[in-house]
Amino acid sequence: MLGLTYVAAVLATLPLLLILFHLLRQGAASISLEFFTEMPRPVGEEGGGMSNAIVGTLILLGVASAIGLPVGIGAGLYLADKRNAPLAMTVRFLSDVLNGLPSIVMGIFAWEFLVRPFGGFSALAGGVALGAMMIPLVTRTTEEMIRLVPASLKEAALALGYTRWRTSVTIVLRTALPGIVTGALVAVARIAGETAPLLFTALGNQFWSTSLREPIAALPLQIFSYAISPYSTAHSMAWAGALVLIMIVLIISLIAKYVTRRKFAGGGD
Amino acid sequence: MRAAETERAPGIDPATSEPTLASVAPAAPPRIVTRRLNAFFGDLRAVRNVSIEFAEKAVTAVIGPSGCGKSTMLRCLNRMHEITPGAIVEGDVLLDGVSIYKGGPDPIAVRRHIGMVFQRPTPFPTMSIRDNVSAGLRLRLTSRPSKTETEEIVESALQRAGLWNEVKDRLRESAMALSGGQQQRLCIARALATKPEVLLLDEPTASLDPMSTQTIEELVYELKQSIAVVIVTHNMQQAARVSDRTAFMLAGELIEFDETTTLFTRPRDSRTEAYVTGRFG
Repeated sequence: MLGLTYVAAVLATLPLLLILFHLLRQGAASISLEFFTEMPRPVGEEGGGMSNAIVGTLILLGVASAIGLPVGIGAGLYLADKRNAPLAMTVRFLSDVLNGLPSIVMGIFAWEFLVRPFGGFSALAGGVALGAMMIPLVTRTTEEMIRLVPASLKEAALALGYTRWRTSVTIVLRTALPGIVTGALVAVARIAGETAPLLFTALGNQFWSTSLREPIAALPLQIFSYAISPYSTAHSMAWAGALVLIMIVLIISLIAKYVTRRKFAGGGD
Repeated sequence: MRAAETERAPGIDPATSEPTLASVAPAAPPRIVTRRLNAFFGDLRAVRNVSIEFAEKAVTAVIGPSGCGKSTMLRCLNRMHEITPGAIVEGDVLLDGVSIYKGGPDPIAVRRHIGMVFQRPTPFPTMSIRDNVSAGLRLRLTSRPSKTETEEIVESALQRAGLWNEVKDRLRESAMALSGGQQQRLCIARALATKPEVLLLDEPTASLDPMSTQTIEELVYELKQSIAVVIVTHNMQQAARVSDRTAFMLAGELIEFDETTTLFTRPRDSRTEAYVTGRFG
């Protein structure tokens, strides 16, 4: 029995290892400084990079986090505090539904409400679509992490004369913070690779753009368009893009670990 | 353990109460008085018409079987009962003659004057040992102590809690690295740092080993030199060891309240006698 669990444990990490190995083999050759600093070259031409898509993805993640983190953490705090209130039960259920919502549906929704009325595809619409996808993830992990903080700790703070608000922020939230940060970063990593919600919102862009009101390039979109093209040079760029995307996700995870480890360094509040 | 002399008896905050009578120890008026106190959880009446007085510079123990309402009664004394959803308090509690319920006092302010320590140690896990002790000090909006003053208060609170020598070289470390008994003394130090007028202990040794229990009991004895201490315990030996007066509660009611030696040796009520002689509970 124990032997089987060992096998399962190895199998659980196998996909990641295989993906990483394969991406390194296929994509590493195309990665150079140029890949990060140059714009895409015309179809069929060798070389070039994805600087616009890398920056675009970072901008999209920034917009998504600016929406998804405050709303998600706030909602998670509410759910943890008002466990059984009718509104909390409803929000919890709907957030689970939202979590399971196919991302293409989110894309169509964002197109309907953020692209069509404003007359064009935009980075903002893409960021909002991704942010909306983050909300349920962040809400639920925040709630879980807050619930892990013992009620006795909250009582101790209240008995010391902390206000409810201050107890929530400086005791409960801070104690749960490493978990919440990890959950938030997992959510960011999760949406970093989303393609479907961006198809009808951020659209993609061959040119350099950092404007929130213009269509913007994004790594997943760029990978997609390179991968479906018939040129082998484009295919190797797609592999390289995928490798960079995975690297971004890995870096985010490493930051999460670092932040968690440093929790006592500051001291005080 | 020997640090009580470094700390003066805490004076009374002029903003909240009458001039102090702390110098006349034996005849001092009671610090806390409850009047027909009732506490409810929804429809359940957990405390029934309890009128009791807690003396200054003395330890008062509250004993009784599980579920007798002793902890609930204790939590009414610093307005902690009402944080439970559906919890209601009726009757009144006076701190130095002033109601902590009527006339709109802020429950937050009340809790800053009455320290509380719980059954399980509750150090704040994200804070260092020092920051745990000074946690209550940082709440003040006015007259927040300076950095040096804070250091002094932290040291004296840890001295009074008998923990200073064990932690003085690692004040910056996490409080979670301490043992259970040390954590509990840290919580006492945290409660003492704000110079409370009363210290409420809710079964403070229930989760501790015998050695740590003894340390805490000695500490309680030291603390009564300067403040009023109320200790809820299910351990009758502990009540007999540390308290000057003991209250026995049963099914929410205060059955008997007397000098500890009297209550344990010559109880007037047959139910008290049955309990202290171990026939039930």
